Amino acid sequence: MTATDTTTVVPKTLAPKTRGGVAQSVHDSLVIAKRNLIRMMRIPEIVVFGLIQPVMFVLLFSYVFGGSINVDGSSDPKAFREFLMAGIFTQTVTFATAGSSAGIAEDMTKGLIDRFRSLPMARGAVLTGRTIADLVQTALTMVVLVAVALLVGWRIHEGLPKALGAFGLMLLLGYAFTWIGALIGLSVRSPEAATSAGLIWLFPVTFVSNAFVPTAGMPGWLQTIADWNPFSATVQAGRVLFGNPGVSQSDAWPMQHPVWASLFWSLLIIVVFRTLAVRKYRSTTA
Amino acid sequence: MQEAIIAEGLVKTFGDVRALDGVDLSVPTGTVLGLLGPNGAGKTTTVRVLTTLLRPDAGRAVVAGIDVLKHPNQVRRSIGLSGQFAAVDEYLTGRENLQMVGELYQMSARDSKARALELLEWFNLSDAADRPAKTYSGGMRRRLDLAAALVVRPPVMFMDEPTTGLDPRNRLALWEVIQKLVEDGTTLLLTTQYLEEADHLAHDIVVVDHGKVIARGTADQLKAQVGGERVEVVVQDRDLIGTASEVLRGYSRDGVAVDKHTRRLTIPVQGGAKLLAEVIRDLDARGIEIDDIGLRRPTLDDVFISLTGHHAEDADEDEQDTHASGGKSGSGGKTAAAVPAAGDSGKDAA
Repeated sequence: MTATDTTTVVPKTLAPKTRGGVAQSVHDSLVIAKRNLIRMMRIPEIVVFGLIQPVMFVLLFSYVFGGSINVDGSSDPKAFREFLMAGIFTQTVTFATAGSSAGIAEDMTKGLIDRFRSLPMARGAVLTGRTIADLVQTALTMVVLVAVALLVGWRIHEGLPKALGAFGLMLLLGYAFTWIGALIGLSVRSPEAATSAGLIWLFPVTFVSNAFVPTAGMPGWLQTIADWNPFSATVQAGRVLFGNPGVSQSDAWPMQHPVWASLFWSLLIIVVFRTLAVRKYRSTTA
Repeated sequence: MQEAIIAEGLVKTFGDVRALDGVDLSVPTGTVLGLLGPNGAGKTTTVRVLTTLLRPDAGRAVVAGIDVLKHPNQVRRSIGLSGQFAAVDEYLTGRENLQMVGELYQMSARDSKARALELLEWFNLSDAADRPAKTYSGGMRRRLDLAAALVVRPPVMFMDEPTTGLDPRNRLALWEVIQKLVEDGTTLLLTTQYLEEADHLAHDIVVVDHGKVIARGTADQLKAQVGGERVEVVVQDRDLIGTASEVLRGYSRDGVAVDKHTRRLTIPVQGGAKLLAEVIRDLDARGIEIDDIGLRRPTLDDVFISLTGHHAEDADEDEQDTHASGGKSGSGGKTAAAVPAAGDSGKDAA
C-alpha cells in the first residue's frame, strides 16, 4: 500500500461546505438516480420482466375481451382495442410502482442506507433519486408498449402534440403513484412483503375505474367511485387527447374536465405522499 | 480542539431494552479508542448515535467540535463510517461506488473522480476498479467499504467491528491501514470483539455491558486492575474437561474459565511456580493427560471475563454451583476466546 499523505497534522476534511437548499436536493437526487439507472442496466431482467406484463395485458385484453364488450354501442373488437389502450397505458405506469416499493424496501435492508444516512446529503434524495430512475424505466416501457398498441390497431386521431400531452399526464400520474409505492416500501420491512404489498392496492385502484370497461354498466355507487378515482381521470384524459372511442359521458367533474382533474390529482398525490415518505425515511432506522 | 469525540450521558431505549444507559466517553484528537463489549452491550448503538444515524433519548455528543444533535449535517462532513457489513452498492463498480460517495459529500465530479482513483490504488483495487462490487471477495469489499469511508479524508473515523469475518491476512492488512491513518492524525473510534485487536490498535479502551461503561483505561491499566497470574491448561481429551475443571476449582476461588473448543482451562492464582507443580501432580493423579500447561500474565481476555462475568454471576447462581464459571456470559456466545464453563449451555466458543 502506498502512502498518499505523509503529513502528521490533523487531517482537514475534503468535503466542501454543504450548499443546502433546492440546488443540493436536485444534485443529490440526480446522483442517486444515476446509481439506480446503472443498477437497472446491470440487472436487465428487471426491465425485461417489467415489459412482458403490460404487453401480455394488451394482447390478452384485446383478443379475449374484445368483441364481448360494447364501446359506444358497438361490439366491434377494433373499437374496444382503441378504447382499451389508454387504460392499459395508464395501468402500466401505475403497476410500475410495485417495483419501487420492492426496490426501496430492499435498499432499506442493506448497509448502504447507513452510509447514505451518514453522508451530508439532502434528506429526500435517496427516495427522489429512486423515483426519477423508476420514471425513466417506465418511459422506456411505454415506448415499447406504444409500438405493440399500434400493431394491434390502436391509433391517435387528434395529432401528435395532444398525444404527447396524454403520455405526459400518464407519466406524471405514474410518478405520483411511485411516491405511494415508496411509502409502502418504507413501511413494510421485508422486500418480499413489499413486492405483494406494493401490488395489491393497485388492483382495486385500476379496476374500479373506466380503464377496461365503460363505467355505465357499474352500480351507481361504484360508478361514483370510479368517476372520482384519480386513475380514471388520467385514462379519460388519454382517450380525449388520443381521440379514442368510449369517452365517459358521466356528469362527474373529473370526467368532464379530465386533463385538469388528472393534473390536480397527480400533484396532490405527489405533495402528500412525498412529504409522508420523506418523513418516514428520516425516522426509520434501518 | 482537545477531544475529537465526546459523549455524555447517552441514553437510548428500544421498547423495554435500555440499549444505552448513560454512556460517557471521550477520545482525544489523534488517538484510537477501542470500544469493547459482548454482543448487545451497546457498542453499535453508541456508534450510530455518534455518526448521526440515531437520536439518543438523552445525553449530549460532540464530534469534531460540532454538536451531533444540533448540527448533524456538519458532523457528517467530518466523519467517515465503516461498518461490519460492507456498505457498498453491489451492482456498481468500485470506481462508481467511490465517485458516488464523493459526490454525495458534495465534492465536484472531477475531485470525486481523482480521489476515487487515489483510493483504489491505495487499497490495491485498481485492477478490479471497473468490475461490479458483487464480483469482489469479502476482503476486497471490506477494503472498498473502508475506502468509501475515507473519501473526504475525514478527521474522525468510526469503525464498527471492521475485521469481523476477515481472514488473518486481510485483518493484518486492515490493521496496517488503520495505523497509517492514525499516524496521519485521524481520530478513531473502533468497536471490536477481538481483544487482541484492541490491545494492538487502541490507546484507550472502554468496556461496555448492558448499555453502561463498566471499565476504562489503557490495556495495561485494565490488566493491572485484574492482577495476579493465570494457570492455563490444555487437556488432551475433550471428555475429561469436566474432571479437569473440578480439579482446578480447588485452586481458585474465582472459578474456572473453560474454552471447550480449544480444550483450554484457565484459573487465576497466587502462588506461582510451586502451585503450578501441584496442579500438574493433581491432574496426573486423576489420569488427565495434558497437552500444554503454563503460568502467564493476565490478558485482555481475562479483564473481559472478570468484568462482564461479574454481572452474570448474580443472574446465574445455579449454574455457577455446578460449574463454577468465571463468567457464564449473559452476553452471547461470541466473546472471543475464553467462553467460560457452564458446560452444557451449547454457547461455547462460537
